[in-house]
Amino acid sequence: MPNVHNVLFRTLADPTRRAIFERLCRDGEQTVKALTARAGVSQPAVSKHLGVLKLARLVRGRHEGRQTYYSAQLAALAPLIDWTSQMAGFWQGRFDKLEDLLRRMDQ
Amino acid sequence: MSKPAPEPRSVIVEREIPFPPEKIWRALTQPHLIEEWLMKTDFKPVVGHRFDFRADWGSVDCQVLTIEPNKTLSYTWAAYGLESVVTWTLTPTSTGTHLRMEQSGFRQDQQQAYQGAKYGWQRFFANLEQVLARTE
Repeated sequence: MPNVHNVLFRTLADPTRRAIFERLCRDGEQTVKALTARAGVSQPAVSKHLGVLKLARLVRGRHEGRQTYYSAQLAALAPLIDWTSQMAGFWQGRFDKLEDLLRRMDQ
Repeated sequence: MSKPAPEPRSVIVEREIPFPPEKIWRALTQPHLIEEWLMKTDFKPVVGHRFDFRADWGSVDCQVLTIEPNKTLSYTWAAYGLESVVTWTLTPTSTGTHLRMEQSGFRQDQQQAYQGAKYGWQRFFANLEQVLARTE
């Protein structure tokens, strides 16, 4: 597996960090304070997670006044999307349904 | 990071099914049966026939390429900028049928197109979770 995958998997393996990233994806850019309010961990801990996410290029910070607004960089996930394994999963599921149907069909 | 050169790729799913090819063939070619395991469709077993598969997330445009009753069926499969060909092969066995599906023709650049705007981020995340789950 290429190194870029290792970095992404390692970065997103932590559930708290992944939750922060997903929140940024769903709700758009936010400050550390706003993220902390819902993260269930301390502000320094959130800042540390954001630092790791930034290193993996999954998150970017934008300064405005005294605040830093963090946003998700979804393009960084592109290497994880494996088209062929997605379709393989799709067809495996359809095969299951096909077998169910065959069991129910008349001879 | 080195990028692999664009090259065709394929997905193959194979399964031993305890039913004869004739029965499976019906499920693969009759719209009211196809609908039950795949998607709603106006498929007809006629070479050159254009049809689609419809789901709540969109539709797939298809055209029948080859038909050999109870043996093989192939059609084009175009969705979200992805052009591919789906080929079904039925081989009788002592206990039923060896059913093989090959979807071929993905290329790296189509993969990029597929990642484009049409594919919702919710879906993106569902897939990401699957990828992560597999690596654990």
